Amino acid sequence: MSTLETDRKVNRSQMKVSDKVAIEIRKMNKWYGQFHVLRDIDLTVYEGERIVIAGPSGSGKSTLIRCINRLEEHQSGQIIVDGIELSSDLKNIDKVRSEVGMVFQHFNLFPHLTILENCTLAPIWVRKIPRKQAEETAMHFLEKVKIPEQAHKYPGQLSGGQQQRVAIARSLCMMPRIMLFDEPTSALDPEMIKEVLDTMIELAEEGMTMLVVTHEMGFAQQVANRVIFMDAGQIVEQNEPTEFFNNPKSERTKLFLSQIL
Amino acid sequence: MTDLSFVRTEMLPERAPPPSTTGVIGWLRKNLFDGWLNSALTIVSLLFVFWVLDHLFVWGISPTWSDGSLDQCRTTISEAGWGGACWGVIRERWPQMLYGFYPEELRIRPTLAFFLLFIALIPVLFSMISRRMNWLLLALVLLAFTFAVESSGLIIAARVVLAAAALWIGVLLVRVPTGEEREEQIKQGAGRLPNPLWFTALYIFLMPWLLWGGTVWTPVAVALGIVIGGLAFRLLSPMTGTLAALIVAVVATILWWLLLSGPFADMMHGIFPIGLEPVKSRLFGGLMLSITIGVVAIAVSLPLGIVLALGRQSDLLIVKYLSVIFIEFIRGVPLITLLFVASVLLNIFMPPGTNFDIILRVIIMATIFSAAYMAEVIRGGLAALPKGQYEAADALGLDYWKAQRLVIMPQALKISIPGIVSTFIGLFKDTTLVSIIGLMDPIGLSNAIRADANWNGIVWELYGFIALMFFIFTFSMSRYSMYLERRLRTDHR
Ligand SMILES: Nc1ncnc2c1ncn2[C@@H]1O[C@H](COP(=O)(O)OP(=O)(O)O)[C@@H](O)[C@H]1O
Ligand SMILES: [Mg+2]
Repeated sequence: MSTLETDRKVNRSQMKVSDKVAIEIRKMNKWYGQFHVLRDIDLTVYEGERIVIAGPSGSGKSTLIRCINRLEEHQSGQIIVDGIELSSDLKNIDKVRSEVGMVFQHFNLFPHLTILENCTLAPIWVRKIPRKQAEETAMHFLEKVKIPEQAHKYPGQLSGGQQQRVAIARSLCMMPRIMLFDEPTSALDPEMIKEVLDTMIELAEEGMTMLVVTHEMGFAQQVANRVIFMDAGQIVEQNEPTEFFNNPKSERTKLFLSQIL
Repeated sequence: MTDLSFVRTEMLPERAPPPSTTGVIGWLRKNLFDGWLNSALTIVSLLFVFWVLDHLFVWGISPTWSDGSLDQCRTTISEAGWGGACWGVIRERWPQMLYGFYPEELRIRPTLAFFLLFIALIPVLFSMISRRMNWLLLALVLLAFTFAVESSGLIIAARVVLAAAALWIGVLLVRVPTGEEREEQIKQGAGRLPNPLWFTALYIFLMPWLLWGGTVWTPVAVALGIVIGGLAFRLLSPMTGTLAALIVAVVATILWWLLLSGPFADMMHGIFPIGLEPVKSRLFGGLMLSITIGVVAIAVSLPLGIVLALGRQSDLLIVKYLSVIFIEFIRGVPLITLLFVASVLLNIFMPPGTNFDIILRVIIMATIFSAAYMAEVIRGGLAALPKGQYEAADALGLDYWKAQRLVIMPQALKISIPGIVSTFIGLFKDTTLVSIIGLMDPIGLSNAIRADANWNGIVWELYGFIALMFFIFTFSMSRYSMYLERRLRTDHR
């Protein structure tokens, strides 16, 4: 069985799951036209949870986490984030989006802005924080992801791993309470995967609520408190990681694990 | 079976490339004489270029500068035994080619407007010129022009003030720190001086006033319309949302312009009669007319094109279809047709007695014509942006307008620079079509000049001169666009 792609020791002392609900999804369904991508999703995420979502390609993992910050619209059921229900009300959507950070597979940094400007854009224009203060916050988070010296470069001048760490810092600058990761390491070379995972582990150690779609099963084992397996738009199995990996219940999960491990 | 194992014991040092592939010889060999076919083509092309230049040169340096008519010019050429062009026509008529029939004693006004145009454009086009330099240039240009007009008490006072201002800014400029601190200062905006974009904004109202003259209260009234729209937007947008506020603001502005701005200007002029001698649009002509139409249409068609491109992509069905219909209709009609509409038909639809300026009508047509093309060029830029950019902006909580302004448009416009500038260049050249509806642009004037018995039959010299004037402007635009692309390049490929 694979281990974490990093030699870093994971400190779980701060990783505490509270009993406060961060995200509540009830009987949520989504269609792309006629195609039923998400079927009766029920999921409650508590504050401080680190949930890894796994599953074969096309099973709807991305769609699920994109529904949580309304990059995709669901057609039935409820999604309540931090007490705010996602409906077509634009005000609510913007509120949820500024509370929920998202990291994409392809980083999606703004190439026309410097690293620092990438990190200060939303705080200045959405949170209305004065530029100076926003820059200080941005530098703080860039130091945290260990690239403060790149602040005045453009994204195109950075390696993939560095760009993904900037993307994480950019989300953190909005002080989100929840972070969503959609395959954050899938577009990276092996040696860069480690630096991004390290950053994510650090975040987990500080108690951030995280939903991570990933194929890094080492990360799931050592950092997650819950692993969700999805197939064909449904949650097929969920469990705490040791049980999930050592003792999978469903045939689909067993097949999936045998293929990737 | 052979042994496949291999271990390098020693790393190879870096070596210089063979001499025949570098330097002048290498370059010549690679680019001009690569094989016998290429060599032959090179030689033939060189001979051809030489032949053309030789003929052009003899034709061009013709000793006919001082001749006053075509006959006189032909005599000069046959006496000299060489030459070809009759440059006398240019010497005699160049002021007309530049200004048309604009009254001679007032030509200082369009000239001033032209120079101020550059000052107004500098802060828009270039980022590396400091505010101080910009204001200094403005003061110097104005000072220079005070010497071109008749001296009076007021003018002398203006000279003193401008000279003092230039000196003051000049001293500030000399004291500018160098190196990093200077960059920082340029970025911060040189402290004490206002942003030169204020002058650019002022220029929008100053230019028509200088060209057409009349009471100063007309441009003031027009500017007030914008202020009213801006205030309406400020007040309403927190309550009604951006789009509704925008619509109300635009309607308020248009209503003001149509109904109240005229009476307001008349009233104010009655109280404080300040103004320049009015000049009729019919007298406008030459390059000045082309530049007036071109500059205004260029400046307005870009924002209009952006709005149309966004409209075309909008989720609001009505906005979307209005934009599509507008774009497709305007693009489907030749500019000539629109110009005829402007010159003939528009008057039929106007309430009788309204005097809607012909140049304004032409400008409106040229603007909407190029705005339709601009919209498609920008739509191409928008389509080239990866979906991830929209998603990242959304995920950060930026609303539609902020995402467009801060993330999408800067990138889409950057991608579209070559197309946008091509549209600008096309538009500027298309201004010559106004000769067909009887306006005296350079082409129209060249016909008028040929109607003079002295110059009946002259063609190449006039067209060459016009071509040169247009080339200077279009080539500058093209070079500028390349400079801009280089400046905005952040991908470091
Ligand atoms: N915008 C879309 N329109 C139509 N179908 C889509 C769209 N996005 C994704 N899909 C389909 O929905 C399914 C789930 O996609 P996705 O959530 O991206 O899967 P995963 O992330 O698990 O690989 C896939 O079959 C995919 O083809
Ligand atoms: Mg996916």
